Amino acid sequence: MISLDIVMPALLGGGLIGLAASMLLLFNGRILGVSGILSEALDFKGAGNKLWIWLFLLGLLAGPRLSDAFLGTSEPVFEERTLLVTILAGLLVGFGTTIGSGCTSGHGVCGIGRLSQRSIVSVCVFMGTAMVTVFVFRHVWGG
Amino acid sequence: MKNIVALFTGLVFSLGLSLSGMTNPDRVLGFLDIFGSWDPALAFVLGGAVMVTVVMFRFVLKRTTPLLDKGFYLPVTETIDVQLVAGAVMFGIGWGLYGYCPGPALAAISYLQPSNGLFVVSLVVGTLGARWWSARQHSANLLAVGQN
Repeated sequence: MISLDIVMPALLGGGLIGLAASMLLLFNGRILGVSGILSEALDFKGAGNKLWIWLFLLGLLAGPRLSDAFLGTSEPVFEERTLLVTILAGLLVGFGTTIGSGCTSGHGVCGIGRLSQRSIVSVCVFMGTAMVTVFVFRHVWGG
Repeated sequence: MKNIVALFTGLVFSLGLSLSGMTNPDRVLGFLDIFGSWDPALAFVLGGAVMVTVVMFRFVLKRTTPLLDKGFYLPVTETIDVQLVAGAVMFGIGWGLYGYCPGPALAAISYLQPSNGLFVVSLVVGTLGARWWSARQHSANLLAVGQN
């Protein structure tokens, strides 16, 4: 049974995410895609004004602590991952989102918002693959 | 002004991630575990976000320019190619292994957890590796075109 007090924070949080993406597009004309913004921040040879990129990342970093202080959330506690899983997952997420041109925010929130076919394909593929991965490691291999 | 918008939207986005539970990798894996004890709540995060963007983007993109710039910076590629799909597969495996996508992983740096730090370093290395690989592919293609 899905209860309202579990759904509401998710829905409100999602609403804030959609609002942020809409504002960045309306004011600055930019797509709110975190993997793209990270990739741009790491493009040391690229010319042009990068200040907005770093300020966006600063805002991103400030969020969780402020949320804990004012919105009643708390520091996430989760199971320990092995070093191998942590490194492998990080590498795959970084490499995959960069060659695949986006992640949950760029393809998911913004791409679906624009009704982009590429983004809809990407979201179905990474969501499906992630579910299969969890299935394999929780119920086949680990189970 | 554009810089202030960037800082503010980064913050609002991040508050949304925290409030929704996306910064906890175990909750994300619980959502992805559709064949186990599935926690469907996080479906409302992307659902809620997309409800807003689908409506708002329609109005925003009817404008010829954004409010503070000369034009929109939108992706130009429209073809569904191998890189798009292969990239999504790799991302999906990584996401399913740990439970972090890039946004929550970077936001959670502020907690200074060693595991998050190692993930973020790997994320950066993977991103740099992909940039290097793409640049190599690109120059190899140019070379091939030149030889033809």
